[in-house]
Amino acid sequence: MLARGRLSFALTGLAVASFAVLGLSAAHADALADIMKSKVIKVAVPQDFAPFGSAGTDLKPQGYDIDMANLIAKELGVKAEIIAVTSANRIPYLQTKKADLVISSLGKNPEREKVIDFSVAYAPFFSGVYGTKAIAAARYEDLAGKTIGATRGAIEEQELSKSVPSSTVVKRYEDNNATIAAFISGQVDLIATGNTVAASIAEKSVARPPVLKFVVKDSPCYIGLNKEEPALLAKVNEIISKAKKDGELEKLSQKWLKASLPESF
Amino acid sequence: MTYKLQFAELLPYWDILLHGLIFTIVLTVISTVAGIAVGTAGAAARTFGPKWLDPIVAAYVEIVRNTPFIVQLFFIFFGLPAAGVKLTETTAAFLAMVFNLGAYSTEIIRAGIEAVPKAHIEAGESLAMSRLQILRWIVLKQAFQKVYPALASQIIIVMLGSAVVSQISAEDLTYAANYIQSRNFRAFEVYLVVALLYLLLAIAARAILRGVGRIIFPKA
Repeated sequence: MLARGRLSFALTGLAVASFAVLGLSAAHADALADIMKSKVIKVAVPQDFAPFGSAGTDLKPQGYDIDMANLIAKELGVKAEIIAVTSANRIPYLQTKKADLVISSLGKNPEREKVIDFSVAYAPFFSGVYGTKAIAAARYEDLAGKTIGATRGAIEEQELSKSVPSSTVVKRYEDNNATIAAFISGQVDLIATGNTVAASIAEKSVARPPVLKFVVKDSPCYIGLNKEEPALLAKVNEIISKAKKDGELEKLSQKWLKASLPESF
Repeated sequence: MTYKLQFAELLPYWDILLHGLIFTIVLTVISTVAGIAVGTAGAAARTFGPKWLDPIVAAYVEIVRNTPFIVQLFFIFFGLPAAGVKLTETTAAFLAMVFNLGAYSTEIIRAGIEAVPKAHIEAGESLAMSRLQILRWIVLKQAFQKVYPALASQIIIVMLGSAVVSQISAEDLTYAANYIQSRNFRAFEVYLVVALLYLLLAIAARAILRGVGRIIFPKA
């Protein structure tokens, strides 16, 4: 999340530079046709953001975003060329045409929308209230009289502090690891945290997997692509919708995020 | 330096600070009383108790004195639940403090006991005082008088060390500081104020302990 914030700052400067690039793209033919012709789609994926994208034991990138890139390539009938990028340079890669798509846990915001286009959401990214299976809680009111852990200062902790009933006890821990430890050790049965953190807990703590109760703040991931590429955008959106319908996205979610896609997705 | 101090930013959080301050004071007072009780028992056990008890108390003292307080605290709070002992963060904080001070004061008080001249104990025996009477009126009274300044210093150290309990979400003064800092990002002001509060607490504690010392040991 922090990297995203830093990025938007960098983008303000890049917005200016991108006008020149966009000028070029207007003269250019359409990107989808180029991809189909060369039989290769270049996709920028994260190298430092598990479980979306990180280096595996074979040093090759792996994660939700990499699988998504391969899925799109397969649907297009082309080969995926995976380019590992950092969150700071993922949009420049797109703008300089080194990549056709950015599938890099990219969040949408107005600054970014000025420089690039976004597909429909392809991955859930949110913070939510998680708890042991036995606990029933579907909204803030259901937390009345309960104790819930969160990392002090995190977005979900601040949302929680604003919204829970006065009888809810919020335990604030110093960092994510303390919050995770409090949940795994059973000191708290409810925590508010990000879905990627919950996924890593589910991986470590088989005895007490955290189950999503409700979403606190939603900021899903979108595929980024250059502006003025309606054909490519339409095709990517079509592939995502299809993957959503036939359960491919659900499979990815189960594999990398250790949870079903949220109902709102 | 262009940083502008804005202490007014802290005002909306005064009740959280007050709550934290009270928690730290209560935590210190209770763990001081209980910790010194444990220390007295430990010291008496090592010097007057049965032989088999000595290595047990010695092990307790060495374990506590040779491990970091935060590790002891995390072990009690995050570790013990795996063994089925689940304590709230407040109980864990109190327990860790007593456990810690108990070990240090065992050694401090033992030093005082060993400094009591053998002849005084023999004098008590020749007056037909019971073992308990000798311990109470001859040994411990003199021992405490001798080590009182060292004990007072240890209490201050433990009070300041209690800041660590904020790490397990016990809501002490440091927890209040961290909480406020995570809300208004005024780290400079928050920690400055809290450092001053700790300083005042320490000065007040020293004054109180000196006063208590004068009452208990009128001649000293």
